[in-house]
Amino acid sequence: MRRAELLMAVVLAIFSGYLMWKSTELPIGWVPDRGPGGGAFPFWLSTGMLLSSLWIFVRALRGVSPQSQSTEPYFDSQSAVLVALVVGALTMMIGAIHWVGVYGAIPLFFVFYMKIIGRHSWLQTAAFAILAPIVTFFFFEILLNITLPKGMTEPLFYPLYDIFM
Amino acid sequence: MDIIPHLLDGFLVALQPMNLFLVIIGCAVGLFIGAMPGLGSVNGVAILLPVTFIVPPTSAIIFLAAIYYGAMYGGAISSIMLGIPGASTAVATTFDGRPMAVQGRADVALVAAATASFVGGTISVILFTAFAPPLAHVALAFGAEEEFALMMLAFSTFVGLGGDDIPKTIFSILIGLVLSAVGLDIISGAPRLIFGDLPGFYHGINFLVLAIGIYGIGEILWTIESSRGEVEVSQAVVSVHRIFAALKEMGGCIKTMIMGSLVGYFVGLLPAAGATPGSIMAYGFAKTMSRNPDSFGKGNIQGVAAPESANNAASTGSMLPMLTLGIPGSPTTAILLGGMVIWGLEPGPRLFVDQTEFVWGLIASLYVANLFALVLNVAFIPVFIWVLKLPFTILAPVIFVLCVVGGYAPTQDMHDVWLMLLFGVVGYLLRKLDYPMAPMVLAIVLGPLAESSLRQSLLLSRGSMTVFFERPISGPIMGIALLLFLLPVFKAFQRKRAAGKASEGGSHG
Amino acid sequence: MTAKTSKLALFSAALIAAATIVTNISVAKAEEWVPRKPVEFVIMAGPGGGADKMARLMQTVIQKHHISPKPFIPVNKPGGSGAEALIYMKSKTGEDHTVMVTLNSFYTTPLRQPALGIDPLTFTPIARMAEDTFVLWVNKDSGITNMEQYVAAAKKAGRNWSMAGTGRGQEDELLTAFLNTTYGLDMKYVPFKGGGDVAKQLAGNHVNSTVNNPSEAIGFYQSGDLVPIAAFTKTRLAQFPNVPTMTELGKPYSYFMQRSVVGPPEMDEAAYEFYRGVFKKVYDSKEWQDYMKKKSLLGEFITGNDLLDYWKVNYALHKKLLTEIGEIK
Repeated sequence: MRRAELLMAVVLAIFSGYLMWKSTELPIGWVPDRGPGGGAFPFWLSTGMLLSSLWIFVRALRGVSPQSQSTEPYFDSQSAVLVALVVGALTMMIGAIHWVGVYGAIPLFFVFYMKIIGRHSWLQTAAFAILAPIVTFFFFEILLNITLPKGMTEPLFYPLYDIFM
Repeated sequence: MDIIPHLLDGFLVALQPMNLFLVIIGCAVGLFIGAMPGLGSVNGVAILLPVTFIVPPTSAIIFLAAIYYGAMYGGAISSIMLGIPGASTAVATTFDGRPMAVQGRADVALVAAATASFVGGTISVILFTAFAPPLAHVALAFGAEEEFALMMLAFSTFVGLGGDDIPKTIFSILIGLVLSAVGLDIISGAPRLIFGDLPGFYHGINFLVLAIGIYGIGEILWTIESSRGEVEVSQAVVSVHRIFAALKEMGGCIKTMIMGSLVGYFVGLLPAAGATPGSIMAYGFAKTMSRNPDSFGKGNIQGVAAPESANNAASTGSMLPMLTLGIPGSPTTAILLGGMVIWGLEPGPRLFVDQTEFVWGLIASLYVANLFALVLNVAFIPVFIWVLKLPFTILAPVIFVLCVVGGYAPTQDMHDVWLMLLFGVVGYLLRKLDYPMAPMVLAIVLGPLAESSLRQSLLLSRGSMTVFFERPISGPIMGIALLLFLLPVFKAFQRKRAAGKASEGGSHG
Repeated sequence: MTAKTSKLALFSAALIAAATIVTNISVAKAEEWVPRKPVEFVIMAGPGGGADKMARLMQTVIQKHHISPKPFIPVNKPGGSGAEALIYMKSKTGEDHTVMVTLNSFYTTPLRQPALGIDPLTFTPIARMAEDTFVLWVNKDSGITNMEQYVAAAKKAGRNWSMAGTGRGQEDELLTAFLNTTYGLDMKYVPFKGGGDVAKQLAGNHVNSTVNNPSEAIGFYQSGDLVPIAAFTKTRLAQFPNVPTMTELGKPYSYFMQRSVVGPPEMDEAAYEFYRGVFKKVYDSKEWQDYMKKKSLLGEFITGNDLLDYWKVNYALHKKLLTEIGEIK
């Protein structure tokens, strides 16, 4: 935990520095007749971020914050695997939306999550995998008129649009 | 002014069978839209707008106002049950609503939210009825300087929101503000902080992307880790008896609810402010005034009552600048404004004089909508509780899917869905190290308002900072804000002294 | 259908579309094209603004009179003064289910940000629905009723005279720059978020003047809070018969804001015909005509090459105006 605390402070300090650098793309000082430049607000705030991450680092180094005293690991191996698995599945699902669309990705995600992580019965899994996209379609596309991405499955929806719109 | 006869006429309009029917349908639809993370009243109102051409304008705005109210009630539902604020106005509701749900008191929190919303809505409609036209002048007196002072007041109430780790709280506020600067600089018109030249950053980082990422995805990851994916989210129970007991418990919140309603209403009145700062301020004030401030954030019912009464009061309040000044206080009222234009009504100072049937019909329907939203909300509590009882391995994928679709809906851009995933994972890693998340999420909402009002003021004053303290309205607000900033420092100082004395006494003994 | 074939189909459709536009061959099936899915109706501005209200009115008219078999669904893409919307439209090159409501940032944003790589003249000219007008306003408390008094007061105040407007390097600032150079003033320009906000700043006496569209200031005009001084039009506006035009004041100058609908570059000819028909019907509808009258909107319906010519003229004009105020080199 202590190492994670120190490392995070360093990462955040580097990120703050990057934001400061990125802010200087626009003027950060006083522009005559136009007031503070466009970069001023983010620049000075990210300077503040840098200072507070240094402050966090110093506190961690001196062992003031509770995390820097804790000897517990930041991740225990069992939960790390589980979290990584879930994050991986989410990434795959969002990636799949580009390709097979929301209505392809949602059932796949349900099957993965409920069957492989949750070990539910096939019946339950199938019920959710089939119902979820149907409910989503009627709620978002028909009731709310929000078109969701469909990727290559788009032509399959033309007849549905003809019926319901 | 002859308010009473006008109001009675208004009720005659609102209670016509068709209008009454529209109010009920509107409340129900709004409730469900509001309860979905990522969707809010703005979706309901925007999408149903064209449908309204089949009914006369007065019925149409009554319908839309009902959706608006329903959605405001519904926003609390996802905050409490899933811990995901469906809209920025409901962020403060998660602070205590979510812990209550985790403790198995979800039904109590839902009742509290509904009751507080009702109180807030009712008080604000009464204020609206009595003082609408004079208050419009108050709204007009708010310039950029006052807006900035108000933002400072909102930020000052943040100080109490963070944990004990001061640098982490400061960091969280600052990163929220910097992220809010992404997109377009409104003063110079130049694009800024466009990371990797991705076009998705041109529209800035939507509050919902951050909130759904952190509270939706981050929260579930947190639960998965701490429970190893096994437990249920909460041991929820519900019964008529418990609902009545919860209503009784709300009796102790009357003062908080009245305070929240007043704060919410007056902040909501101000153009451009909207309900978010109102609900945060109400939460902050409730905590500051409480005899037991440490219980906030751990499931204190007052912490649900304050922001919920405030955000409903503010949503009524924000109708006022829309109707009398033609300035929307929130995206939803912006669309309502568009609707009025379509129906050929001209919002502005003359509306209250020229369109009495419309205005008073709307006001009366606000009373009616408020009542129906309460009844429907309480009636649906068992359904919501049933959802919470699903095994976690079913609930988690459902929430993930809601997050993904909800993250896509506001901007209809896959870029935002990826960003949401990133925020979720990073937020989860930061949370493990006790970085407070709420200040960041609220800062991203208030950042653009604070920045533009600051720069407009400085432009008008040619760089002089004293302008904020000299003006008759902004001066006192700034004063209160500074006081609130210094209060925790003062308190800490006092505590230290007390502690010092105690240890001194100890060493003597 | 597999990903490969659908992509191939899309690609060939784009090719065919490009070919038809280049060679100008009219396709026999032109009248038969109808949208197969909801049409994305991109709005180059945020909710609540003038463009947004108009887009939603058009959407309502389309739905009410069943002008299109599939609905038009508004999507706001206000980011970067329209940069986001323009980039998005460019990414839809050759596709047929996206159209956009646009305004003058259609010219100014690509001019000010050449890095975007957008040439507005490549977009498909579907329809110009109206031209919005501009009027110079002051608060009634200032006691100013005509241009002479305005110039005198602004001269006296010098740098302390403020003009509120929407955005940097756009319509309002161009008009401010015109007034500054023409009358030898030194007004300060302060950008606010939207037209409604600008009107409120003036009504609350936080700034000295504005160049609002009539639609944005009309409520305060009717209540007597705001006083119109001059119109930036060629002839007097029917709604303000006593307000002189700049030409009458001896400074011939007019400036308009287009309210147009555009398609992505290389739109299919048949789809293009369909959208032109849709918006012609919208323009002719009673609702649209009433709206134009009420909001002091001017302008005929123009489409096709006429619209393209109109764009060319205005693109060049804005290039000149932006160079003059030093926004571009």
